[in-house]
Amino acid sequence: MAIFVNENTKILIQGFTGRIGTFHAQEMIDYGTNVVGGVTPGKGGTEHLGRPVFNTVKGAVAETGAEASIVFVPPPFAADAIMEAADAGIKYCTCITDGIPAQDMIRVKRYMRRYKKANRMQLAGPNCAGTISPGRAMLGIMPGHIYERGRIGIIGRSGTLGYEAAEQLKALGLGISTSVGIGGDPINGTSFRDILEEFEKDDETDAVLMIGEIGGPQEAEGAEYARDHMSKPVIAYIAGLSAPKGRRMGHAGAIVTSFGESAAEKVEILKAAGVAISPTPSDMGSTVAAVVAKLAA
Amino acid sequence: MDIHEYQAKELLSKFGVPIPRGGLAYSPEQATYRANEIGGSVWVVKAQIHAGARGKAGGVKICRSDEEIWEAADTLLGKKLVTTQTGPQGKLVSRLYIEEGTNIDKEIYLSLVMDRAKERIVVCASAAGGMDIEEITESDPDSVLNVVVDPAVGMQGFQAREIAFGLGIEPELVNKFERTILGCYRAFRDLDATMVEVNPLVITQEGAVVALDAKMSFDDNALFRRPQISELRDKSQEDPRETYASDRGLSYVGLEGDIGCIVNGAGLAMATLDMIKVAGGEPANFLDIGGGASPERVQKSFRAVLRDSNVKAVLVNVFAGINRCDWVAKGVVLAVQELDIKVPVVVRLAGTNVEEGRKIIAESGLTLRAAESLRDAAEKAVAAAKDSNAEAA
Repeated sequence: MAIFVNENTKILIQGFTGRIGTFHAQEMIDYGTNVVGGVTPGKGGTEHLGRPVFNTVKGAVAETGAEASIVFVPPPFAADAIMEAADAGIKYCTCITDGIPAQDMIRVKRYMRRYKKANRMQLAGPNCAGTISPGRAMLGIMPGHIYERGRIGIIGRSGTLGYEAAEQLKALGLGISTSVGIGGDPINGTSFRDILEEFEKDDETDAVLMIGEIGGPQEAEGAEYARDHMSKPVIAYIAGLSAPKGRRMGHAGAIVTSFGESAAEKVEILKAAGVAISPTPSDMGSTVAAVVAKLAA
Repeated sequence: MDIHEYQAKELLSKFGVPIPRGGLAYSPEQATYRANEIGGSVWVVKAQIHAGARGKAGGVKICRSDEEIWEAADTLLGKKLVTTQTGPQGKLVSRLYIEEGTNIDKEIYLSLVMDRAKERIVVCASAAGGMDIEEITESDPDSVLNVVVDPAVGMQGFQAREIAFGLGIEPELVNKFERTILGCYRAFRDLDATMVEVNPLVITQEGAVVALDAKMSFDDNALFRRPQISELRDKSQEDPRETYASDRGLSYVGLEGDIGCIVNGAGLAMATLDMIKVAGGEPANFLDIGGGASPERVQKSFRAVLRDSNVKAVLVNVFAGINRCDWVAKGVVLAVQELDIKVPVVVRLAGTNVEEGRKIIAESGLTLRAAESLRDAAEKAVAAAKDSNAEAA
C-alpha cells in the first residue's frame, strides 16, 4: 500500500507555472507520478507541461478529482495556499516552501482544526523535501533514483540527510515503502507521531527509520507512541549531538531552548522507549539492517 | 533576530506598555546629559548588549550624581561584558541606556513565547520577578502561571485578568496590568516576535505598572514584512564570521574547532559536524549552502569558512540531488584554484553522477582529497587538520 501517495494518487501542483514549480513538476511527471494538473491564480484555462492549469484549488479538485497536492508557493503566500488546499478537500498536502513565518503556520494549524478529523487534510512540512513512495509516486524535490522500493518507512526533518539514509539503505539492499519529510520548521504539519501511526497500519512497511534533530518536542512524542502503540520496530538517528545550546542550526526549528530538546536528551528518551539508535549518521543503514535481520530470524 | 533593551522598550511603549523615562548614550558626556534631561536624583546606567544577566556581571549601575554616571559610562563603554549568557568572549558595549530610577514595590516575571508543543503563543507569569525563568521553575514551579492564546481570536482581557488576580495584584491596579499584558501580546503578534520578556515588570511604590527591563526576539522568516524591525539589527553584537556569511545568504554558525565545513542541507550539515566529533575532531563551523551547490555559492562558502583563521582543513560534503556531482566537483576545483587555498580540502560527493565527480576531484592536481562516505570524509578531514597543525608546529 505505502502511505499517503501511490501510483494511483491524483496529484495537484500549487505554484505550478513558476520556475521552481515547473522544474520539479517535470521531474515528478518523468518519475511516473500521476500529476493531474496545477494551480496558478490568473492562469486558469491554460495548459502547462501537458497538464491543465486552474485558478483555484477548488476548481482543480472539481475538475480532476485531485486528492493530494504539493506547494511550491513563495513564503509570503504559502500559508494561504495550504489553507486553500485544506478548504478544497485535498487529503494530503506537502509544502516544500522554506521561510514561512511561524505565526502564519500557527494560523494554518488552527484553520485546519475547523474540519472534522475524517475530512481534515494531512499536512507534511513546510520546509521539507516532500514525500516519495519509490517506484510509484514522487511528491517532492528529492532525486528519485536513489530511493529503492522496499519495506522500510522513513520519517525525517531534513532533505539531504534523508537522501543519505536512502543511499545507505540501498547499498545494503534495503528499499523504502514511503519516505516522508516533515520539515525543519518550529511549527509544522504532521509530526513523527502521526506518521508512525500510518506506518504501523501499513502492511507494506516492516520497520521505520526516524531521522530527527535538535529542538522541539516531536521526537519525544514519537518515542512515546512507538513504546505504547507500535508492534513494528523503530530506529532513530538524531542530528546535532555537537550543536551548542541556544544556537539555530540552519533550520528555523533546530535550536535547543529548553530541557529535552538537545540531541543527547532525545537519544536518551528514544532509547528508554525501546527505539534502536543509530549512533552516528553513517550507521543509519546498518542499524536498520541489523534490526530487520532480527525480524527475519 | 535579537534587539537591544532600549529598542524593545520603544516598541512596547507604542503598544501601550508603560516604560521608565530614558535615553541613549554613546559617550560618558552624553550619559550625563541624558540624566540631566530626565531629571530626578537617581539614575540607572545600563549596558546595551544582546544578552541577559547583565546585572550580576556589572552591566547595570545605579548612580546618584553626574560624577557617578560619568564613571559608570566610562567603565562600561568599549568593554566586553561577559555574562552567563554571552559565552566567554563576551559582548561589546557600545551603547548605554540611561534611565530614571524606579521605586520598586513588587517585581513580576512576564514572558510571551511561541510554544512548539501547543503550537500557540503562551503567556507566562510569576510573582517571583527578577530571577530568570530557569531559576523560577526550579525553585518555585507552582508560582508560574500559563495562559494559552487561541490564534483565531487573540488574547482576551479575561486571560490577562486571570494572570493579574492569580499574581495577587491589588484590585485597583488590575486594569493597568491588563492593558500592559495585552500590549505585550499585540506587540508580539503584530511584529512577528518569537519572544517578549519583561523581567521584571514592576509595580512601583507610587502604584504604577512599569516594564523595567525588556527583551524581544523576532522571527527571521517574517522580516520580509517587518522592515522597521530589520532596521534595528546591530551587527556589532554578532559573531563577525556569521555576519559576513549571513550578508551573503549563507546559513553559518561559528564554532570553536579547526575543521571548516561546507555542506548542502541543514540536517546533513549537523550530521557532518557530529561525524567529525565521532572521528575525534572539532568543527570550526556549521554551514548550509542550500539545496543547489552552484560554483558561485561554493566559492562564497569557501571565502566565509576561510575567514576563520583557526581553520586547518576544510570538509566539503555535498549530496547532489537535483544537481550532478560532476558539476559540483568542477565548482569546488574552480573555487580552490581561484582562491588559491592552501589548507587541505576533503571532498565527499554523493548522489547523481558520483563517479564522474570523484574523478574530477582526484585528477585536479590540487590539495583536494576525495572521500567515499560520510565516515571516510570525517576521518580524512580530522587527519588532514592534524597534518596541518603538525606542519605549523
